[in-house]
Amino acid sequence: MFGSSRITVTLDGGTLTISPRGEIDHHSARSLRDRIDNEMYLNRPAILILDLSGVDFMDSSGLGLLLGRYQRASEIGCDLKLAGCSARTKKILELSGADKLFDFLAKA
Amino acid sequence: MKNSKQTASAGEGRRVVNEMRLRLPALSQNEGVARGTVGAFLAQLDPTVEELADLKCVVSEAVTNCVVHAYGGRGGAIYITVRARADREVEISVRDHGCGIANVRQAMQPMFTTDKSGERSGMGFAVMQAFSDRVRVLSAVGKGTKVTVIKRLSPAGEL
Ligand SMILES: Nc1ncnc2c1ncn2[C@@H]1O[C@H](COP(=O)(O)OP(=O)(O)OP(=O)(O)O)[C@@H](O)[C@H]1O
Ligand SMILES: [Mg+2]
Repeated sequence: MFGSSRITVTLDGGTLTISPRGEIDHHSARSLRDRIDNEMYLNRPAILILDLSGVDFMDSSGLGLLLGRYQRASEIGCDLKLAGCSARTKKILELSGADKLFDFLAKA
Repeated sequence: MKNSKQTASAGEGRRVVNEMRLRLPALSQNEGVARGTVGAFLAQLDPTVEELADLKCVVSEAVTNCVVHAYGGRGGAIYITVRARADREVEISVRDHGCGIANVRQAMQPMFTTDKSGERSGMGFAVMQAFSDRVRVLSAVGKGTKVTVIKRLSPAGEL
């Protein structure tokens, strides 16, 4: 589902920005996870911004994906930030208290 | 007879005005199919954007649990029933013949997961509860699980 056309990746200095578009569920999470991890390990950015402004659906599988990336990023000393979170995405993050882990940016 | 009239109208509210039954194999691509189909069925009730998104998320959670946990990726059937009542109560049940849940109360605790991959947060039931009025779980180990979610939609035409 998250084929390369559904994800935009930009590297600007030490900041890697990844913008997935579409729906994040269990089905799409695997390819998205692999893509994010590959880009992160390849580029070793100081900051990773996940731009979620193009995401129109997310459930707890998406939450698991974000928490998993938070874990991976901290392991390599990369600062993970979330951009363009919808109110719904925020609500799901807040349910688990995960909102406290992330820095939120209005725009990527 | 004010009382009997109230009882009668309450009874009328429970009337099922429409119903959908769906049977899908437990494939991950059917998570999107299930929430999209249920969403299309619910559209006739004129739910708010928020209510529709809530219920699509609920369906996604329950169906994903069937794919991931009940059948452990091995496949099997998922049965989804959606009922709409005259009083705008929506009842969605998602049933499987999978492994079942030994301790339902524990399974429903936020952050509880039996997943070992580190990619699940144990928030599926918590999301279902947050996005509906009531969640009921019936399960028997080795037989399967039925998750029923109830949500009353706001009166039609209101925002
Ligand atoms: N249909 C089911 N069949 C068997 N076990 C289930 C089923 N649904 C849920 N469970 C059990 O209940 C636990 C909690 O489910 P819940 O959806 O809350 O979290 P999760 O699926 O583990 O993680 P998340 O939904 O956040 O990705 C699961 O880890 C699993 O052990
Ligand atoms: Mg789940």
